[in-house]
Amino acid sequence: MRKGMVLVGSNGVKKPRLKQGRGMSANNDEILKELAVEEYKYGFTTDIEMDIAKVGLSEETVRFISAKKGEPEWLLEWRLKAFRHFQKMQLPQWQNFKHPDVDFQSISYYAAPKAKPQVDSLEDVDPELLETFAKLGIPLNEQKVLAGVVAVDAVFDSVSVKTTFREKLKEQGVIFCSFGEAVKEHPELVKQYLGTVVPQTDNIYAALNAAVFSDGSFVYIPKGVHCPMELSTYFRINAQNTGQFERTLIVADEGAYVSYLEGCTAPMRDENQLHAAVVELIAMENAEIKYSTVQNWYPGDKDGKGGIYNFVTKRGICKGNNSKISWTQVETGSSITWKYPSVILKGDNSVGEFYSVALTRNHQIADTGTKMFHIGKNTRSKIISKGISAGVSQNSYRGMVQIGKGADKARNFTQCDSLLIGDRCGAHTFPYIEAKNKSAMLEHEATTSKIGEDQIFYLNQRGIDPEKAVGLIVNGYAKEVLNQLPMEFAVEAQKLLSISLEGSVG
Amino acid sequence: MLSIKNLHASIDGKEILKGLSLDVKAGEVHAIMGPNGSGKSTLASVLAGREDYEVTEGEVTLDGVNLLEMAPEDRAREGVFLAFQYPIEIPGVSNINFLKTAVNEIRAYKGLPPMEAKEFLQRVKEKQKLVEFDAKLANRSLNEGFSGGEKKRNEIFQLAMLEPKLSILDETDSGLDIDALRIVANGVNTLRSQNNAFVVITHYQRLLDYIVPDYVHVLYKGKIVRSGTKELALELEEKGYDWLKQSVDAAENATI
Ligand SMILES: Nc1ncnc2c1ncn2[C@@H]1O[C@H](COP(=O)(O)OP(=O)(O)O)[C@@H](O)[C@H]1O
Ligand SMILES: [Mg+2]
Repeated sequence: MRKGMVLVGSNGVKKPRLKQGRGMSANNDEILKELAVEEYKYGFTTDIEMDIAKVGLSEETVRFISAKKGEPEWLLEWRLKAFRHFQKMQLPQWQNFKHPDVDFQSISYYAAPKAKPQVDSLEDVDPELLETFAKLGIPLNEQKVLAGVVAVDAVFDSVSVKTTFREKLKEQGVIFCSFGEAVKEHPELVKQYLGTVVPQTDNIYAALNAAVFSDGSFVYIPKGVHCPMELSTYFRINAQNTGQFERTLIVADEGAYVSYLEGCTAPMRDENQLHAAVVELIAMENAEIKYSTVQNWYPGDKDGKGGIYNFVTKRGICKGNNSKISWTQVETGSSITWKYPSVILKGDNSVGEFYSVALTRNHQIADTGTKMFHIGKNTRSKIISKGISAGVSQNSYRGMVQIGKGADKARNFTQCDSLLIGDRCGAHTFPYIEAKNKSAMLEHEATTSKIGEDQIFYLNQRGIDPEKAVGLIVNGYAKEVLNQLPMEFAVEAQKLLSISLEGSVG
Repeated sequence: MLSIKNLHASIDGKEILKGLSLDVKAGEVHAIMGPNGSGKSTLASVLAGREDYEVTEGEVTLDGVNLLEMAPEDRAREGVFLAFQYPIEIPGVSNINFLKTAVNEIRAYKGLPPMEAKEFLQRVKEKQKLVEFDAKLANRSLNEGFSGGEKKRNEIFQLAMLEPKLSILDETDSGLDIDALRIVANGVNTLRSQNNAFVVITHYQRLLDYIVPDYVHVLYKGKIVRSGTKELALELEEKGYDWLKQSVDAAENATI
């Protein structure tokens, strides 16, 4: 794998929202509706009457975006530096799939939030998609948004829940806001950390993101604070068009803890085919960051038409001693998922973890895994990857464990399992190890299995139909990863895995 | 309850069952014995609806319902339970979660709402006790890492939980030590009622000391070649299968 090449994927992340424990009760709805109105009043959302940038990519585009967002000079310069670098870069060649034709000049890099409806009514939408919505229990008005029938601002915006918890977080000094807001209100923090984990020059899509990112989330947890709730960008409605190039920056100061959730179980449509997000995590001494993702962007139809290219760069640094970063991802969507959430283990005794379930079906492609860079002493990393492939999909695990010279007694445990459904799909593993310190201890386990007809028959014989049987088997297989997710997310992810495989058996 | 008439079944074009007939009434226990390879497991699989087997002739009904046209899960929902000769491991799926799914799928088929969690756990407790099944095993992943004996006992626990009409036990006794055998047999004996029936497939007459059958049948070359009562099992124990095989083979040769 080329050095420093890490690509990662975005999700249904638009603007941050806070989530606490279970969902909201019914009588909260009224409050939320009020809050929604309030938010617009207080300009919580960015200007609604925005223009669309001219199609194409140039310095002018970058300047346009920065100006529209009212950014300070330093950030514009930062973007421009990224753009100039981007211009000199080539598309990578090492991935295990044919890079799709992406014409960077045919994309609009700043779409207005009032995206034009893509179809006229729900009747014009892929019936399979509608069926899935129904199974997930998504309300009709949300379905319309997800399917692109109506513009988002026509519907109540669930993002608004955010303000409810804002006060509570403020009390503890936690900052959780949109990226744009952070640039305005906490420029010193943004300036200090932006691009320190994923430099603008890291890879072509990271450079593109740095040049044209529209928005994203910013989190800062002060020293010694255990964030009192799960922070989440999870909500079903694509309130703003930031899904394409979004940027997340999370800083946990000394002794702080935060759990952050990203994504959405509902299949999300987006007229932007290319998604290139960047996520940076920074954990100082004794700090811990847990980052969970459920990715279910539109995967394309049965024949592989349409679908999102999800090319994302996610990386965290355990900067201080005894810090910990843990990535958990459930990837079921997108036509191509290309991402390697990674951890730089700089602090002594720091810990990096990567738990992944990647499910591909039909013509989907996933090339995902992680990189663990052991730099500090006694650093430990754990990689649990579970691939599930059905249809004619291709599912690759690609992982790199690098042990630096000074990483005395570093340890890694890697387990990557592949589960095949049918015999037309492909599962591949590309584990790379670079050890420059003899005291390192590395363990690697890998298995490939097929869902057995015997297993399905056994469950059938107990009254369970084949689809439910496969759902059970797959969830059992992925359990170790699902267990890492916060409770509510885990339940949804389980449902998602079962539903995603319907029609893949028999 | 169960009626099998002139059943012919083959796998990969090879005929295994060659005109098998059997009637089992509610409240009865039938033992099916026979040498290895005679088609006992095939019979069990065909009744349960395994797709690898092709039924070429004959009919099978359960309380008048034609089983042969039903999917395996529907047969199970109608009340057919097969205790597998080789129970399958399903990693990561908890025994309890699996059983809950099974119970509720069967209930849904009958138009009943899902069982309340409390009632379900009550039933788990009660049945665990009934078949002396270790609570620790009930909470583990389905058969994953279970010993051979534990797997067999799990089959009986599942049987107790699902309360089927017709239970087919395929060599549930093999691989069990004498204590486990007694426990399994006790379980079956307590579950026996006027409303259900058992077909117990076994190699050894040993099991029949504990589960006393109403009838004993000998399966050989895909047919029932002899039926009798418990005494037949004792006779087989004493003489082995050879005398039966010889008489069947001789008869076969005579007709050629
Ligand atoms: N998949 C298969 N393909 C071909 N023959 C099979 C298959 N499975 C079983 N048989 C044959 O069917 C016959 C009956 O097997 P089985 O029903 O397992 O016998 P039993 O349970 O009485 O020992 C045997 O001759 C066996 O070899
Ligand atoms: Mg057998």
